[in-house]
Amino acid sequence: MLKFLAFAGMILLAPLYFKGGYLMNVLVFVGIHTMLAIGLNLLLGYAGQISLGHAGFFGLGAYLSGVLTATYGWNPWLAMPLAALMVGALAFAIGFPILKLKGHYLAMATLGMGIIIYIVFNETVELTGGPSGLSGIPNLAVGSLTFDSDVKNYYLIWSFTLVTILLTLNLANSRVGRALRAVHDSEVAARVMGVNARLLKVQIFALSALISSIAGSLYAHTMTFVSPASFGFNFSVELLTMVVIGGLGSIYGSFLGAALLTLLPEFLRAAQDYDIIIYGGLLMLMVMFMPGGLVRGVPDLFRKLLKKGGANHA
Amino acid sequence: MLEVSGITQIFGGVTALEDVSFTVAKGAITGVIGPNGAGKTTLFNIVTGIYTQTAGRVFLKGSDVSGLPPEKLARLGMVRTFQNIELFGGMTVLENVMVGLHTRSSSGLLACSLRMPWSRLEEKKIRAGALKWLEFTGITDLADVTAGNLPFGKGRLLEIARALAVEPEIILMDEPAAGLNSHETSDLARLIQRIRDLGITVVLVEHDMELVMDICDRIVVLNLGRKLAEGTPREIQENHEVIAAYLGDDT
Amino acid sequence: MQFDQLLQYTLSGLSTGAIYALIGIGFSIIYNATGIINFAQGEFVMLGGMLTLFFLEALKLPLWAAIPCAVAASTVAGLLFERLAIRPLRQPTPINLVIITIGGSILIRGLSMLLWGKDTHAIPPFSGDDPIAIGGATILPQHLWILAITVIIVAANRFYFYHTISGKAMRACAYNRRAAGLVGIDVRRMVLFSFIISSAMGSIAGIIVAPLTMTAYDVGVMLGLKGFCAAIIGGMSSGLATVVGGLLLGVLESLGAGLISSGYKDAIAFIILLLILFIRPQGLFGKAESERV
Repeated sequence: MLKFLAFAGMILLAPLYFKGGYLMNVLVFVGIHTMLAIGLNLLLGYAGQISLGHAGFFGLGAYLSGVLTATYGWNPWLAMPLAALMVGALAFAIGFPILKLKGHYLAMATLGMGIIIYIVFNETVELTGGPSGLSGIPNLAVGSLTFDSDVKNYYLIWSFTLVTILLTLNLANSRVGRALRAVHDSEVAARVMGVNARLLKVQIFALSALISSIAGSLYAHTMTFVSPASFGFNFSVELLTMVVIGGLGSIYGSFLGAALLTLLPEFLRAAQDYDIIIYGGLLMLMVMFMPGGLVRGVPDLFRKLLKKGGANHA
Repeated sequence: MLEVSGITQIFGGVTALEDVSFTVAKGAITGVIGPNGAGKTTLFNIVTGIYTQTAGRVFLKGSDVSGLPPEKLARLGMVRTFQNIELFGGMTVLENVMVGLHTRSSSGLLACSLRMPWSRLEEKKIRAGALKWLEFTGITDLADVTAGNLPFGKGRLLEIARALAVEPEIILMDEPAAGLNSHETSDLARLIQRIRDLGITVVLVEHDMELVMDICDRIVVLNLGRKLAEGTPREIQENHEVIAAYLGDDT
Repeated sequence: MQFDQLLQYTLSGLSTGAIYALIGIGFSIIYNATGIINFAQGEFVMLGGMLTLFFLEALKLPLWAAIPCAVAASTVAGLLFERLAIRPLRQPTPINLVIITIGGSILIRGLSMLLWGKDTHAIPPFSGDDPIAIGGATILPQHLWILAITVIIVAANRFYFYHTISGKAMRACAYNRRAAGLVGIDVRRMVLFSFIISSAMGSIAGIIVAPLTMTAYDVGVMLGLKGFCAAIIGGMSSGLATVVGGLLLGVLESLGAGLISSGYKDAIAFIILLLILFIRPQGLFGKAESERV
């Protein structure tokens, strides 16, 4: 809890340090990506089930919110939870057949699911505007306060992100979180202990889709424009990279991974098109040399270095 | 307590079990023995819902539980351990046992995320319950150790503690003495007797003949997928067919 | 519905299907030898096309020389991939393997973009482009090349697996890796072989299709995924079932694109993929596995 309060304090005070400016906009994305990475991490890191289609759920949230508000004039605060529930319900329904699959097959099936969703965004032109995108999505507003500047958006997004972090931390350290990790470690033993592994996996798949959908809605309302290109296979891979780099099964790790992968391209502006190479390289290096992710790997590294240093002195 | 009736299991043309029937009395320790390949583990996997049998029925407390998955059987009071211990390697010893109390608690996704007062209360009860079973099996001092790092013998105890945390009426142990030294085995024998004294029915598949003869109230002998004999340890020791099966057909 | 039109769709579907089949067999060979689904498989298809172009244009080789050079270079890439990425993996869990092969595919794609840019390129057809009339439909000579080369490769593959020592050893690995190791088969070497064979086959597929569809640094993703669909339909067989799977997929896709909507062409393959995985994960022709867990 203390760790969380310190983290929240840091996040809330950050704008004072950055004083608006360009980086604020990037930090808004760090928030959205953190939510997405946490959603995927619940599934991949805790339950041990891979998904290469989470960009699809993110996109569904964004488009449902976008279409309901921009085309049908709904209140965004109404569209967002409805979108989340619809996406969660869809994931729950898909979850039963898809989570019967394991390992590589599950990866391919979720990948296929993501691509089908992506194709639907492109092809249902009357609804989504097709490849050229959907514009005119309203900002969120509370009373007369409209979230239309980077700083306002920062606080909007990060309040959602912090709530997500708090709730998922609670979940991870609860009966359900333990059952998830148990399924990950030994599904058969978890079942013998009375854990309904199949239902639990489907539930967590739906929850993870629901979180992605909320992130998608927030994305749509802060950008006021969405197009299919943001929700393709590459983005699913980017999310996977965030989770793996940060650390499987660590909520703060997801933040680290999201922050690193969102900020890195900004600092590598010169190498714009080539950030994809960096993702690929990072992904491989992490799995090979730091399979626990940054949250575990970096402290380990320090410990090793300290030991070496100590040995040299002796 | 447990009744196995006419179990037959065929794997791709190979008959692993043929028409095996026996009953397990409440509150007793029953041993299932037999030479390698007799079908003991297959029988266990069927009774505990891991395999689905080709034919035959399993009754638990008089009701038909054939084909029920392990998670349902756990709620009906049946739990098992594994020959090659199946721990949750990434979790601590305490957390492992806490998973055992899964069926004794009910907070769902929402309540756990929001840390509702009742789920916090439940969490306390789970922890207390788990600690109780750590103490019962004598591994309290290992509570915070990662289960994956335990030596084999302690891992076996943890697996039993975790199974007991389900508060079962019947516990099936698949070769609990496998891989233990003689000192650990005699501790295990005492532990199993203490489990029976709690009123829990125990069934074990075991190779260690001394252990079986020592603690079992009744013994079922399997050979080549069929039931060869059934009786008290003394009756089994004097059964010529059993002796022949163990020593080979020539004798 | 005109018969000629139907014939036209079927014929062009068959030739794309042959490509899917070749890629799918590549997937299956690696899967059977190692239990890995190589997400980078499509990148070797891309490398085949792009390297041919490189040898043609940068080194001014004639087509007949550029092709074997491209196949050889892609095969070396496959070999390096296994050596540098797969073999050193300390925790080869399925999830880690998925991640590392995805990482590898991104890296190969990114490096290709770095080397050759983002443009799409054409490779000249092997023997002109005068259409040949078949019934009321027409096909290109390249279609015939594709079908012929596919037949040759599938036949060669079959010969390798059933009539050579190393092919038989590979099949033994597919049945039971541990047992194969126990009887003295060098399993690691077989794993390496499987990567070599499947990257060679992938690159050939990429080369023979390039004159028809153009090639670019990013063509590998879709082709790879379609190849995987073919392999799934064929129950991950490295033989005829996957060929049938590929042809079926190619024809269905072509008919779907022509008769329903071309925009949903790619979706057809993935809907088939999901349906097969949900309903018949053992493939269209496979028998259900026995109950033993």
